[in-house]
Amino acid sequence: MRRALSWLVILAMLWPRTFVQAEIVLPHDAGSHPDLRTEWWYVTGWLHAEDGRNFGFQITFFRSRNEESAENPSRFAPHQIILAHAAISDPSIGRLLGDQRAARAGFGLAEALEGKTDVWIDNWSLRQSGDGYTLSLPARDFRLALDFKPAQTPLLHGPGGLSRKGAGADASSHYYSLPQLAASGTLTHQDNSFSVTGTAWLDHEWSDSYLEQDAVGWDWTGLNLADGGALMLFRIRARNGSVRWAGGTYRKPDGTLTWFKPVDIRFTPLRHWRSPRNGTRYPVAWRINAGTLEFELEPMMDDQENDARATTGTIYWEGAVRAMEAGQEIGRGYLELTGYWRPLQL
Amino acid sequence: MNRLAIMKAVTGPVGDHPGRIFMSLLGIALGVALGVSIHLVNRAAVGEFSQAVRNVSGQADLTVQGPATGMNEAIYPYLANMPEVALASPVLEVEAKLPGRSETLRLLGVDIFRASRLLPLAIENGDGNPAAASMLDPQAVFLSASAAQWLGVRPGDNLTLQAGLAPVQLRLAGILPQESYRQRLGVMDIGAAQWRFLSLGRISRVDLRLGNGVPVDTFRRKLAASLPPGVEAIKPAAAGERAASLSRAYRVNLNVLAMVALFTGAFLVFTTQAMTVLRRRAQIALLRVLGVTRSTLSWLLLAQGAAIGAVGAALGIVLGYLVAFHGLRHFGADLGGGYFHNVAQATIAAPGSLAVFFALGICAAMLGALAPAIESARTPPAQALKPGDRERALARAGITWPGLALLVLGAALTPLPPVAGLPLFGYLSIALMLLGTVLLMPALAARSFGWLPAFRSVPLQIARAQLHGAPGRAAISMGAIVVSFSLMVAMAIMVGSFRHSVEHWLEEILPADLYLRAAQRVETAFINPETQTLIRQTPGIRQADFLRSSDLLLRPGAAPVTLIARPLMGRTISEILPLTETGAARVSGDPPPAWISEAVADLYGYRTGQRIELPIGGAQVEFTVAGIWRDYARQSGAIAIDRALYIQLTADWRADSAALWLESGISADAVTALLRERIPNGAWLDIAQPGKIRAISLEIFDRSFAVTYILEAVAVLIGLLGVSSSFGSEALARRNEFGMLRHIGMSRRQIGAMFGLEGAMISTLGALVGLLLGWLIALILILVVNRQSFHWSMELYPPWQLLFGLSASLILAASFTAVLAGRHAMSCDPVHAVREDW
Repeated sequence: MRRALSWLVILAMLWPRTFVQAEIVLPHDAGSHPDLRTEWWYVTGWLHAEDGRNFGFQITFFRSRNEESAENPSRFAPHQIILAHAAISDPSIGRLLGDQRAARAGFGLAEALEGKTDVWIDNWSLRQSGDGYTLSLPARDFRLALDFKPAQTPLLHGPGGLSRKGAGADASSHYYSLPQLAASGTLTHQDNSFSVTGTAWLDHEWSDSYLEQDAVGWDWTGLNLADGGALMLFRIRARNGSVRWAGGTYRKPDGTLTWFKPVDIRFTPLRHWRSPRNGTRYPVAWRINAGTLEFELEPMMDDQENDARATTGTIYWEGAVRAMEAGQEIGRGYLELTGYWRPLQL
Repeated sequence: MNRLAIMKAVTGPVGDHPGRIFMSLLGIALGVALGVSIHLVNRAAVGEFSQAVRNVSGQADLTVQGPATGMNEAIYPYLANMPEVALASPVLEVEAKLPGRSETLRLLGVDIFRASRLLPLAIENGDGNPAAASMLDPQAVFLSASAAQWLGVRPGDNLTLQAGLAPVQLRLAGILPQESYRQRLGVMDIGAAQWRFLSLGRISRVDLRLGNGVPVDTFRRKLAASLPPGVEAIKPAAAGERAASLSRAYRVNLNVLAMVALFTGAFLVFTTQAMTVLRRRAQIALLRVLGVTRSTLSWLLLAQGAAIGAVGAALGIVLGYLVAFHGLRHFGADLGGGYFHNVAQATIAAPGSLAVFFALGICAAMLGALAPAIESARTPPAQALKPGDRERALARAGITWPGLALLVLGAALTPLPPVAGLPLFGYLSIALMLLGTVLLMPALAARSFGWLPAFRSVPLQIARAQLHGAPGRAAISMGAIVVSFSLMVAMAIMVGSFRHSVEHWLEEILPADLYLRAAQRVETAFINPETQTLIRQTPGIRQADFLRSSDLLLRPGAAPVTLIARPLMGRTISEILPLTETGAARVSGDPPPAWISEAVADLYGYRTGQRIELPIGGAQVEFTVAGIWRDYARQSGAIAIDRALYIQLTADWRADSAALWLESGISADAVTALLRERIPNGAWLDIAQPGKIRAISLEIFDRSFAVTYILEAVAVLIGLLGVSSSFGSEALARRNEFGMLRHIGMSRRQIGAMFGLEGAMISTLGALVGLLLGWLIALILILVVNRQSFHWSMELYPPWQLLFGLSASLILAASFTAVLAGRHAMSCDPVHAVREDW
């Protein structure tokens, strides 16, 4: 039954293709868009404890529209499915501590509200409050309670927030980020409670369509640069190993915005890590070229593989990374590698 | 003199007469076999049932369970939001009717996201792809392997179920893990189940897992206080226990029958040992003279009994296994009692309880051997060595007061209430009466045969003189007859009365011309108001009464009571319900009337005129108990109220069944055809005439008593073995007497006739006493055991013909056995026989 939900992943994680026109209007678009098939709110970041320890964290709330039950008047009818992944990276453990949940929206037990970010499954929640966000996430092996304060304006990935995802003019999604979020709160794990502060990144993306036919997965990174800049880069890989599409957004500290074209971006693997659990080989260190930028990505630790088969039916790598330029750290963020375990397929 | 020699001297007869020992063995073996098989079968049934309960509640700590009609789904978020609750998983249970089948399919509507954290729901479609992807598909259903096999469907096939009178098309999306779901069962999405089985807004239960460290019992009590009427919080294990306790009385009854068989077996050992010891009395006395101590002798004789018990019990365990295995196959896990449905079958080995049965068998045999062992060891050797002493050994048994005391004590126990729902005092009283009567037998035999007039016929006169002069021996044979025959008579009277009462009850409870039913025991098949109007307007129908049944939880932890809503106001109730007690006429201002079944009166202590509160429509409603009626159909109890009031309280216009009265001169067949034609999907309605329902009900009755009949037959068989064994011993013991009679001129024929007549006289007296005692036991069974076990009353209706037939065949069989035994004893020549005398 568990892995059985993998179709939801496919719905939830796949990139859009149909032509979407409306421009993003905030703050209203921070809420849910239940008419569209797929949506997620995704927060990652680096946290620092007072004793100097570093942690990475990743939480994602997915919403997936289910057409099959459209006519069912039951309050239990699964019109919308809410899923959530959460993981923390602690180098002293050497692998991710993860947890996941899934529920049908309804009865106030799991919902994704419209008009502002307010999404929850039981006692896992991500809510807009005041000018920031509050995350409450008591997971199986850890608890996260964090507040996020935006330091910068939202970063739209493409004109009007429309992010191209393929060669076809209709392949795009609504996509904005909140980089350089100031995070503070507590992280509890292994019977220790840490007061933490740090810098986080929030993505909110929604769309109505599927990954293109021959796409097998993507590589994505979102980096809070040390100088206050923000960088998001992705590429979609085709079955034959070629790059199907690529894109990204770079905002300099002064606010100058660059939207990259596919030809501007190059991902070069530097080092691979093989999962001892399933043998999957992930390129965990990279040289990245984007326009005039050139730097390397080094993971906080190699094993940041996330087994989400119970909810979204897939295994992927999602981990904290450092951006290094000539041996100097220029930024921190997250790297996501999907489709290496098995191709994401329809 | 070494021990081996002593042993040989004492156990000599074993080698001499293996047949007789074999019968003792058989008696013990049959008793043990019955006990073992009942235990094994029941263990399988309860085990299966508990496992089934576990699998549908999973690892839940608590289950919040509503009545069969379900509860408002609003309770689900209420429970889920309680701080102590870690996980709440809502379930809608549907007993789905299958068109054209009488049995139903149990469907669980679950929220897969919640349930998968409690239940073993790993479903794949074989090629590694997640079949459960389609768990949210409103067309999809997952069946257990046994359900799929039963329905003959494979993944991908469509199947049609019934909601109301309309079809529901589902697709078999996958098979549930076989090791977890052995019973017939289907799982589908709860939203789809609510929608497609017309149960919007209702759920059956919510399974809860509590947070770490939350004490389950404390929380259960706190929760119970806040739950609406009719909804209870139970531990999942309790559901299994409840089902098991429902069948407990039935099981205990069967077990008692097994104990009776064992008791008879012990008696058989007693007769064999008593006869053996009597025959060997002189040899045993010699051993004493030669220096063997009294206690060594007693122990040896006891050991002999124990050996018989051990072999018999071992034989019984093997036999019991075989019976259990075949019984499960042919009668089902409830031995025809109808308590467990959808139970797949498996016999489980239980070494611990097998040891208990083994020990019981040995104890019974030793008990049988005890009296002869003590008695023979106690007799002074000098006296025992004298000829003619054998009868003296039995004379002691002629004391009457212990037997009378036991009978009086037995009678005194009958008015006592049940213990933990079991009629223990009733059983004890039966045991005491049996024992008391057996102890009275020697005195009774001596007096009765003394009353017989002197006969002119020589064999008859000698037979009479023998019985009168030496009643001790006769008493042993009579004891065997009385024990087995009285039990047989008691069962015959009880079952006969029960069957007659059920027949009579069926006539009373089915007064209409035609009965119509949407489905049996099913929440999803019902007659909606439009169909009700259609039925009412069908030409030829004079009157149509619609019935709605649901269940009521009157006490947490108890099995629910059936609530029957039917038109009662303004009717003559005694024409509708088989009333056994009516309360005073209703005074205005009284709460509305409710008529309760005997089981409700017994279990909840309600009396006529009493005001009671019933949880109907989510509220406590006050009623007056207006009368008590007899109900053989619902052991947990039933309460009848007026349907108009029920609709007012619940807004539930549905009906499950209807009783139709026809215009005079209209044929039931014609109306049946018309109804099927007029009602959409009318072919799915069960329409039956009362005659057919009666016939089916009685057939079910007979089937559920089939096992009882078998046990009865075994008891009789053991009794007859006892008779034949004691006659055999008797004949052998009197070989020298027969030899003497031959010497003084009696023919072989005459001696045979004499011995046969003795047999006839003994068995006639035994049968008479057995009839009398059987009658008493039957009264205890009817008035105490049945009433306390199943809470139903019945009228005494002895099956005279059967009883006389049984008596006659018993006397014939006993006489015949006696003649055979006598003939065998006379097979050696008289000179030889006399020389054997001392």
